[in-house]
Amino acid sequence: MIRDITIGQYYPANSKIHSLDPRVKIVGTLLYLISLFTFKSIIGYVLATVFLFACVKLSKVPFKFMVRGLKPIFLLLMITVAFNLFLTPGGAVLLQIGPLKVTEQGLSTAVYMALRLIYLIIGSSLMTLTTTPNSLTDGLEKLLYPLNRIKVPVHEIAMMMSIALRFIPILLEETDKIMKAQIARGADLESGNLIQKAKAMIPILVPLFVSSFRRANDLAMAMEARCYRGGEGRTKMKPLVYQKTDYIAYAIMICYIVVVFVAGRYIPFKIWIF
Amino acid sequence: MSIKLEHINYVYSPGTAYEKHALKDIHLEIPHGQFVGIIGHTGSGKSTLIQHLNGLVKATDGALYYNGENIYAEGYNMRELRNQVGLVFQYPEHQLFEADVLSDVCFGPKNQGCSEEEAKQRALEALQLVGLKEKYYDRSPFDLSGGQKRRAAIAGVLAMNPKVLVLDEPTAGLDPKGRDEILDQIAYLHKTCDMTVILVSHSMEDIAKYVDRIIVMNHGQVAFDDVPKKVFEHYEELERIGLSAPQVTYIMHELKARGLDVPADVTTIEEATEAILAALKKKGE
Amino acid sequence: MIKTDKLVFEYEKQDDDGRVIGVSRAIDEVDLEVKPGQFVAILGHNGSGKSTLAKHMNAILVPTDGTMWVDGKDTRKEDNIWDVRQSAGMVFQNPDNQIIGCVVEEDVGFGPENLGVPTEEIWQRVEESLRAVGMIEYREHSPNKLSGGQKQRVAIAGVMAMRPKCIVLDEPTAMLDPVGRREVLRSIQELRKREHITVILITHYMEEVVDADKVIVMDHGHIVMQGTPKEVFSQVDELKKYRLDVPQVTLLADELRKRGLDIPKGILRKEELVNLLCQ
Repeated sequence: MIRDITIGQYYPANSKIHSLDPRVKIVGTLLYLISLFTFKSIIGYVLATVFLFACVKLSKVPFKFMVRGLKPIFLLLMITVAFNLFLTPGGAVLLQIGPLKVTEQGLSTAVYMALRLIYLIIGSSLMTLTTTPNSLTDGLEKLLYPLNRIKVPVHEIAMMMSIALRFIPILLEETDKIMKAQIARGADLESGNLIQKAKAMIPILVPLFVSSFRRANDLAMAMEARCYRGGEGRTKMKPLVYQKTDYIAYAIMICYIVVVFVAGRYIPFKIWIF
Repeated sequence: MSIKLEHINYVYSPGTAYEKHALKDIHLEIPHGQFVGIIGHTGSGKSTLIQHLNGLVKATDGALYYNGENIYAEGYNMRELRNQVGLVFQYPEHQLFEADVLSDVCFGPKNQGCSEEEAKQRALEALQLVGLKEKYYDRSPFDLSGGQKRRAAIAGVLAMNPKVLVLDEPTAGLDPKGRDEILDQIAYLHKTCDMTVILVSHSMEDIAKYVDRIIVMNHGQVAFDDVPKKVFEHYEELERIGLSAPQVTYIMHELKARGLDVPADVTTIEEATEAILAALKKKGE
Repeated sequence: MIKTDKLVFEYEKQDDDGRVIGVSRAIDEVDLEVKPGQFVAILGHNGSGKSTLAKHMNAILVPTDGTMWVDGKDTRKEDNIWDVRQSAGMVFQNPDNQIIGCVVEEDVGFGPENLGVPTEEIWQRVEESLRAVGMIEYREHSPNKLSGGQKQRVAIAGVMAMRPKCIVLDEPTAMLDPVGRREVLRSIQELRKREHITVILITHYMEEVVDADKVIVMDHGHIVMQGTPKEVFSQVDELKKYRLDVPQVTLLADELRKRGLDIPKGILRKEELVNLLCQ
């Protein structure tokens, strides 16, 4: 039942993008997402498209995996497009259906908005698809390390994230088993109104919590038994060290940002309304 | 109250990388009142098989008849089936949730629509049947020992008055004495309650002396299906699929091979003692 | 390697409102000695105090009274705690709840990381330990996709990578099926042969302790029997009293002896019995 949910959708492959340092990918993705909102003209979009698809090609992840990430936000996307399309005034009216008008401005805003959203999703899925959840946490830990100085427990947060990642599948499976055990005892999880449904969840949640606390207890003991005592004095099996390709990737990223920013803003170029 | 499985196939997550043919063409018939052991190692399909019996898992294809009715037919009353076929899962921790044992056991009957009074009545009966002492009834189920939790969990299903009781590894995690006590209790239930009992285990030695019939599962198929004695005759094949016959079986086979005239299909220590003594006496004469 | 002197562990019993209503003794004046390289098995039913004792060997619990020395170090001294944990590695019962890493090799590296071992050496240790338990080909797998027996072997490798002098296994096979049990036991035997490590195995499966140098039976926090497997298993009725199982061979031999056959006490292996009967 619940098994079908997949979290941490890493796509294993041997590519240039996969082998980049996770910090490069996190910073790069962030910069790319910001860049999407810096330009106004079609040149910017062309550049952003070319850059994104070049990266996708390099990553060797089949394109359909990227598109899969779009499915859950499809509805949101449609609503955004519809709102922008019909409700933005300005420019000549292109089409009129009853009270609804599509203006030039509306069409261009809707298309741009849709593109931005799609690229946003594809850009971030590219990161999660090419980076294991673990190295993502590692990258975050290292990137946020300066915050340690203002007493943010960066190591502990990262440790929590990676333990959560390990236990999500285990807990999902456990939920599945508990649900089956209670259904076998005649529990009705489907019918009834909202309150009845919430009440029906108690027989599922109580065993789940009890077992989660037990697991947490066991795990803490196992970690202590293996001499875990926080981040201090710890070495890393897989320390993050920038390689030559990582510096090149940073350089490419910076070039892209500069070009997109300058070209997208200051070169006046227009095809029809776009 | 018979259960009949016809060409049952079950495929996990079809069409994905994790696709797995968990059950392959299972053909079985379990008559009412039988005490059946289903044995196999982890991943042999035994747990998947029993989840078919009360419709928790629906076969990819094939038909399952309960009392002659196909449970996959349209409009079949699944709830009623689940009332008749009670399933106790491996870990009692997965089902115990109420503040005290008695209310927890009442959960099943209440779901069946029993009144408060009636549910309590049935719960008390069930708790007595599983041999849980009265002083535990108002304790939190989480404070019980492993064996007691197991009993409370069995009572929780028993209180629904099932005609078929299926238990998935009821002895996992118990110590030897606790294991024997639970198995004795289950045998007692089988005798007194006029139920079909299906016991899933990965240990031959544990259940050999209790059941009328053993079904050995391997790679989603039925490898053997016979009375225990006959199944243990295949001890070499059993070994190959990661199971083993009781130690006594090995000894008897070995003795026979070494020329002592003993029957090889002996499964319990008492039988073995008698057989060896008789054989030695004969040899001495 | 491990030595205790009148070890006592008490815990407080609480009622529903969290008030202390009494003290319970889980371990009661236990004297124990394990020599380096020995294979010692501790048996007992659930609640006999054997797991509590095991947790003392790793300083997860410290004695209420009496002393426990691990590799000559008193576990009660705060300064010794990390040395103790490094010299006596511990494997627990539930395979899922002791694997920390999302990838097998990262989990094995977890212990050495905590000890501050340099990166290159971690890699070397991880490789060696995974090889020692026969899990090297799974190094890049997710632990969630492994069988119970494989997970326990990864846990053993995780402890071995810390280079302990002694490994304490707290019912490592209780949640496994016979195949998994065999895998884990074989790994333990291999380690003993190759690394000459001290092994303390806590279990309630009798068949697992046949090869032990010493068997200790616990009941109600006391050591009630100890000796070689032969000595311990020769007392069939006594063992039954402590809610323990006896291998079927031993039971059969005992039964035959009672019926007048000339069979010595404490038969542990089926070959022994067959040889005796066929003379």
